[in-house]
Amino acid sequence: MKKLRIGPNLAGVIILAVVLALFGAIDIIRPFGLRFSDLSGRVVTIDTMIRIGILTIVVVGLNLLMGYAGQVSLGQAGFYALGAYASGILATLASRHGMLVGVADTWWWPWLAILIGMILTGLFAFLVGKPILRLKGNYLAMATLGLGFIISILSGQLSTLTGGYDGLTGIPRLRIGEFALWPAQRYYFLVWGAAIAVIVVALNIVHSRIGRALRAIHTNETAANTSGVDTEHYKVLALVISAMLASLAGSLYAHFQSAVSPSPFGFKASVELVTMAAVGGLSSIWGAPLGVAVMFILSNLLQSQIEAVFHIRGGEYELIIYGLVLVLIMIFMPQGAISSLGAWRRNARREKEGAA
Amino acid sequence: MLKIENLCTFYGRIQALRGVSLTIAEGEIVAVIGSNGAGKSTLLNTISGMIPSRSGRIEFDGTPVAGLRPDQIVRLGISQVPERRQIFSTMSVMDNLILGAYHRYGRGEKGAIDRDLEFVFEIFPRLRERIKQSAGTLSGGEQQMLALGRGWMAKPKLLLMDEPSLGLAPLMAREIFRVSGQLREHGTTILLVEQNARAALELADRAYVLESGRVACEGKARELASDERVQKAYLGK
Repeated sequence: MKKLRIGPNLAGVIILAVVLALFGAIDIIRPFGLRFSDLSGRVVTIDTMIRIGILTIVVVGLNLLMGYAGQVSLGQAGFYALGAYASGILATLASRHGMLVGVADTWWWPWLAILIGMILTGLFAFLVGKPILRLKGNYLAMATLGLGFIISILSGQLSTLTGGYDGLTGIPRLRIGEFALWPAQRYYFLVWGAAIAVIVVALNIVHSRIGRALRAIHTNETAANTSGVDTEHYKVLALVISAMLASLAGSLYAHFQSAVSPSPFGFKASVELVTMAAVGGLSSIWGAPLGVAVMFILSNLLQSQIEAVFHIRGGEYELIIYGLVLVLIMIFMPQGAISSLGAWRRNARREKEGAA
Repeated sequence: MLKIENLCTFYGRIQALRGVSLTIAEGEIVAVIGSNGAGKSTLLNTISGMIPSRSGRIEFDGTPVAGLRPDQIVRLGISQVPERRQIFSTMSVMDNLILGAYHRYGRGEKGAIDRDLEFVFEIFPRLRERIKQSAGTLSGGEQQMLALGRGWMAKPKLLLMDEPSLGLAPLMAREIFRVSGQLREHGTTILLVEQNARAALELADRAYVLESGRVACEGKARELASDERVQKAYLGK
């Protein structure tokens, strides 16, 4: 954890940072009146990129939990919701409830709220994780599924706190002193700055002693235990880290939308998160941004193209194709896109050497 | 070194150990033999903390062990080579061995760990040849070598070996037993659980015969090997 790894990972981080900065710069400088969305014929907008960045943070956490520690979570959207609501509730204390006036309407309060949200969500994950992580496989999946449902239902029912199914509105934009991180072109830099920082931290965790312990648990829990790895401790740790990352992402989402409601945090969201993680490659941190981007852009494309080609509203047709693509990916790239690309490259190299 | 008194272990309502008492002195190789379901593996798993005991005492170098977590017990100096090897099959041979020394990292033992790795490769040259290979691709015998090497990398005072010859060709089993004898010469005490009673009694100094969760008889390994009852039941004479 102490020093950053030099090698393909560091190179990857730098390339990603530079490319993303260039994308962001286009929308701010507007060379020849061009906008970022013009690059892709309006399919990928800055708005899309922000959403991809936010979800990347959640999926990196999910990769640590599922891909490395081998613990299934079908309730990750619940932690995502906790972060969003923590920010939503705390950041509107002054304006909605007239509480903590003078503190809760300063510029730094929302940032503190993000931190408080992460700590509370982490604490919650710790308390729930102790009993839940004794379960394995399908049972763990069911338990986390239930957890997600409970959070989703509570966020709709506790209406005095959460605004019920209408949700909370009027969540202020983030700013640093007088400098507003808005419009979206500016917020883009904050979100991706956070996402890249999260990727760097996760890469370091994976390559540390903790990462080795997590992989050991995933591969063979009994053996990890007899080798002196405190399996319970590390499983809970992985859950807490993934929950805190989901909470961070939820907060960023709340300030981006300026509103939160229960609907984007339900069971469907949890499944989509797992899908994104699987498509990118579960045991690869780099799979996270890739998986999120592929699934997000695919769904956007389907929506617009089905309408244009078949002259019908997307809806169910879109879902059919979405499902078909998923099946194909799972058949041809069961390890996820990143690992499959790596394997193809290795095979190609081997064939070349064989021919020579 | 290890002192067990009146140990009882249950799986739910089924009692697997019915008051087992056993002692091991430093430098000994002690074998526990018995038929299927006699409670041999349960005994080892209770010592290593994988299964909680219901009653009785386990004392290691004067420290009570019962109730501790497996990783704490490894840190005290008891390491287990589990039944059916339980290697990290998708990880490399090297990673498997390093994981064995998991609790020793970050304690300034880097040099000692490297020396111990070298020792494992000396006694099992085949592991050195396969150092980067993923462990699941090894043969059964090589996997057992790896499991033994991994257990030894924890630098235990007491090594618990659960059925090391299970599923191995006779020649390979003999090799594993030979190396176990070698480990003792390097200061490791060994508690060996085996169905292959003949080989176990040849290697061990003393032995216990376990029958339905109780110690049926105990004594010097050589004397047990010539005991008529043991011969009939376990040596097939």
